[in-house]
Amino acid sequence: MSEISLTRDSIVFLPRGVRIKEDTVRERIVIVAPERTVALDEVGHAILNKLDGERTLADVVEILAKQYNAPKQDIGNDVVAFIKDLLGRGYLEIKS
Amino acid sequence: MTEATKNLSKEKLAEIAPPPMAMLAELTHRCPLACPYCSNPLELKQASQELSTEEWISAFQQAANMGVLHLHLSGGEPASRRDLVELTKAAVDCGLYTNLITSGIGINEARLEELANAGLDHVQLSLQGVDHEKADLVAGYKGGLDRKLQLAEWVHKTGIPLTVNAVCHRSNMDDVPAMIELAQRLGARRLEVATVQFHGWAIKNRTQLMPTKEQVLATTETVEQARKDLEGKLVIDYVPADYYATHPKACMGGWARIGLNIDPTGLVLPCHAAETIPHLKFENVRNTSLHDIWYHSDTFNAFRGTDWMQEPCKSCDRKLVDFGGCRCQAMAIAGDATATDPACHRSPLKSKMLELASEQASIEDGFIYRGR
Repeated sequence: MSEISLTRDSIVFLPRGVRIKEDTVRERIVIVAPERTVALDEVGHAILNKLDGERTLADVVEILAKQYNAPKQDIGNDVVAFIKDLLGRGYLEIKS
Repeated sequence: MTEATKNLSKEKLAEIAPPPMAMLAELTHRCPLACPYCSNPLELKQASQELSTEEWISAFQQAANMGVLHLHLSGGEPASRRDLVELTKAAVDCGLYTNLITSGIGINEARLEELANAGLDHVQLSLQGVDHEKADLVAGYKGGLDRKLQLAEWVHKTGIPLTVNAVCHRSNMDDVPAMIELAQRLGARRLEVATVQFHGWAIKNRTQLMPTKEQVLATTETVEQARKDLEGKLVIDYVPADYYATHPKACMGGWARIGLNIDPTGLVLPCHAAETIPHLKFENVRNTSLHDIWYHSDTFNAFRGTDWMQEPCKSCDRKLVDFGGCRCQAMAIAGDATATDPACHRSPLKSKMLELASEQASIEDGFIYRGR
């Protein structure tokens, strides 16, 4: 597997064909992608919500650290692990 | 209609009949190609019987309200419908994730732009092979591969994610490594390597299509290696040949548990081959709501849960893993839709199925094309 390299300045976004959707019938938030549906927990949803195509990873961590009143280091680890997982599955891309 | 599901507790109902996740809309059976493994039924529905634009849109709306998230616009060739752009737009407006399953024939660049602007989420393009002569022979359409490659390029330009779907059988299975390369060259993010399944027209070509066991083993190895090498670049979904497998496939993820099909005339089916089970009666979305068909029709309840199962399924610890396998295959080979899928190693018919497969894999008798 090729190693995914992320830096503080990486801008990660949802490419066309991957959407966040409110699944009203099952009362949850999901990612819909080609032939896939993935349920998001509150934290996952909060992270993806911040990816607006402009914010860097450092920006996202900063916002979430404030929102959850938690150390940046911890939030940073969670965000990177979550984003790497979704990059590996093709649900996110890195802006070049 | 049955009362069976009406008297169940909410929990029990959610367990055996959860809301549907996906719907396949067979917009039309018309198709420019003549693939010998076509999964559409032997008797194709005529254009004059097809649902109208309004009827399709109503079905999409009902599906979305019931919890369907993924809509597959399929056929036949869905581009044969003049209202494809309008239907796509309506589906997107319902909030459905909209996937176009196409042969690539009948969509020019301008029409693709219109589909992209309508909000189409995903394109799944079928490829019959990697070299022109062989691919066009399978599709029964001269110049087909060229047009498919052209469409893939246009799709790439729009930014819509592309899946390449390759149905594999004896005459193209050795080309799977080249197919994986081609999918990458076309910018596909996903590849489906689907071993031919014998329903519909494919049954007529069983002998010419049946892969050998060696081919199947080699393909499984190729796919497993490529998945490792291409992780993060290309997702490969693989449908292995169940006739040589130990366990049957969890067909449709269980009867009427995940998805439903609507045929061009509005008949609602638990899977695209369900009409081959003779005692089932199908409701039409023209007369009955999708909700009532999904939750309360005899046909959708026929093989839900586990009460319908026979031995060896009934006492099997995998009964909620593979749901007894494919009901249509049980019907076709065991002559009984409630039997264990003969692809299962515990079926008394497994050895007969294996014998049949290896015998058929040795017969070269050419393709029989639909309507030709």
